[in-house]
Amino acid sequence: MNVHEYQAKGLLREFGVAVPDGRLAGTPAEAEDAARALGAPVVVVKAQVHAGGRGKGGGIKLAKSPAEAKTAASEILGMTLHTPQTPPEGKVVRKVYVEAGSEIERELYLAVVLDRAEETLAIIASTEGGMEIEEVAERTPEKILTVPVDPNLGFRPYQARRVGFGLGLEADQIGRLEAFLEGLLRLFVERDASLVEINPLVVTKSGEILALDAKLNFDDNALYRHPDVAALHDPDEEDARELEAKQIDLAYVGLDGDIGCMVNGAGLAMATLDMIQVCGGSPANFLDAGGGADKEKVKEAFKIILRDPKVKAILVNIFGGIVRCDLIAEGVVAAADELGIGVPLVVRLQGTNAAEGRKILADSGLDITPAETLGEAGEKAVAAAAG
Amino acid sequence: MAILCDSDTKLLVQGMGRMGRFHAGLSIEYGTKVVGGVAPGKGGQTLDGIPVFDTVEKAVRETGASASVIFVPPPGAADAILEAADAGIALAACITEGIPALDMLRAKQVLDDGPMVLIGPNCPGVVTPEQCRIGIMPAQITRPGPVGVVSRSGTLTYEAVDQLSRIGIGQSTCVGIGGDPVIGTNFIDALALFEADPATEAVVMIGEIGGSAEEEAAEFVKSNMTKPVAAFIAGQNAPPGKRMGHAGAIIAGGKGKASDKIAALEANGVAVSPSPAEIGETLAKHAPGLEG
Repeated sequence: MNVHEYQAKGLLREFGVAVPDGRLAGTPAEAEDAARALGAPVVVVKAQVHAGGRGKGGGIKLAKSPAEAKTAASEILGMTLHTPQTPPEGKVVRKVYVEAGSEIERELYLAVVLDRAEETLAIIASTEGGMEIEEVAERTPEKILTVPVDPNLGFRPYQARRVGFGLGLEADQIGRLEAFLEGLLRLFVERDASLVEINPLVVTKSGEILALDAKLNFDDNALYRHPDVAALHDPDEEDARELEAKQIDLAYVGLDGDIGCMVNGAGLAMATLDMIQVCGGSPANFLDAGGGADKEKVKEAFKIILRDPKVKAILVNIFGGIVRCDLIAEGVVAAADELGIGVPLVVRLQGTNAAEGRKILADSGLDITPAETLGEAGEKAVAAAAG
Repeated sequence: MAILCDSDTKLLVQGMGRMGRFHAGLSIEYGTKVVGGVAPGKGGQTLDGIPVFDTVEKAVRETGASASVIFVPPPGAADAILEAADAGIALAACITEGIPALDMLRAKQVLDDGPMVLIGPNCPGVVTPEQCRIGIMPAQITRPGPVGVVSRSGTLTYEAVDQLSRIGIGQSTCVGIGGDPVIGTNFIDALALFEADPATEAVVMIGEIGGSAEEEAAEFVKSNMTKPVAAFIAGQNAPPGKRMGHAGAIIAGGKGKASDKIAALEANGVAVSPSPAEIGETLAKHAPGLEG
């Protein structure tokens, strides 16, 4: 789960990590008040959307007075922001964060990640602040410093010295960096983050170390034990269909094509998209109905797939292990009866109780194209969508 | 011969809830020696003919169990894995989906220092055809034979096994290593076991987007394996930044793409199936004479 910058900074503050003073505003007048309350000679008005590169898209503006902050906020609020990280249709800005400007001496990069390959936590640091770390990794990998942190032992002061001296900080700044890193690691571990990224981390002219921007991602699997983090979820930032699917425990990702897909299991669901592409078609969605798929879930899944107006055919591909094909078939029949599917339907049932499932479909009198193998299912679905 | 489990394996079931009991029943039907269940507070009872114990330690002491399958819900699953390791279990397969990554990271650091082999979590388990079923796979689609199957995905494992069985190629052992970012046995571990197993003549490996396990496995195949390997990578059309069902299946920052994985595998002598429908045929072409 992602959160907004203002929420990330609230959490950082809670963990003793230094961030500039800032206030949230939902209207230009609130932004003016916020700027006045901050009392800084320069404030920064920042669009709050879940996407990086906001500055390039016009979502970040400097203001030298409360009146200027008001003007800046009125330009940003309500705009549809396009950045390299937003979806093609852009993102509507509903809130701005007004923050005291900092006198920047140096911009650095700092992150805490779960390093999958090494199976450890790791601090990633770089002197190239403000740039995308993937770009730095590609062009100048020698400028990236990785310091592993044992998840059972936790953060140790020497790691701050490795990072700090590695970044060329002065000796008297190392203590500040240590407190900063200690807070980042504690936040990561105590709130089950999956990414804490400070880009840029700035050293100010007075030698302070501040998080100028902050990106936090959290482990969805651990949200059950962090109600405070779960409460930061912003449904406006998510695709409505993906959100609805999540609520009924289906994994759905919308795509650009015209063949709706319902599959059990993530791997087979991905392979089904690949199959459609191999056959010359284009999938409208990824949908994993999961191990517990039954009649009701199948019906709900059809509702979500059919809400996409691009869908010209639907492919149901089930390989029953835990899932019973007869229950899936009942769900398909119920969905067709109650929802009226209206587009060609190709169904492939294999595995547990597949024969029973096929019989239910055949006896239903519905116009369903059966398929035996994955390849056949793909070809028939593509042909059906082409009409 | 096979890898990980065979007809001598004595299996324990940790978590005797609905799923645990259902699949324990299917495993018994398949001929697996299920010797006990673990359900704290239910020790001394017998469920579906299976004696139940309060702790893994007691279950191992009284039954001599060598393996365990874990169905414990996510909040207690990492603890259940550590309990199995502490009790001297040799092989544990954790089926549970949704374990917090940090719980697994911490558990993994402990497991690295001990002898227990962990399969999963978020995996379908292990089947050695006609000998032993650990987990949730539909074992009836397997048939005994010379091909080892290792996969990150559950249902795609079934797809691959089904394709092999349909063209008359049987399996030595089928292993689902799981779709999470932090797992026990990885591709390389499984490939090394298949390479050392006299009953295995070739291997099918099913990967997917996310992480770099397939790239590392590709290097391993080139430098350490004499047996032919065929592969398929799922998610060739996945959009970047989206989690595709599995917690580990995400393309982040341009890394973890299917195309990179396929290129690495092909460069190291692995035959990669161009279509998910041709996994069996790809292996048959790459390593003729496996039918039997």
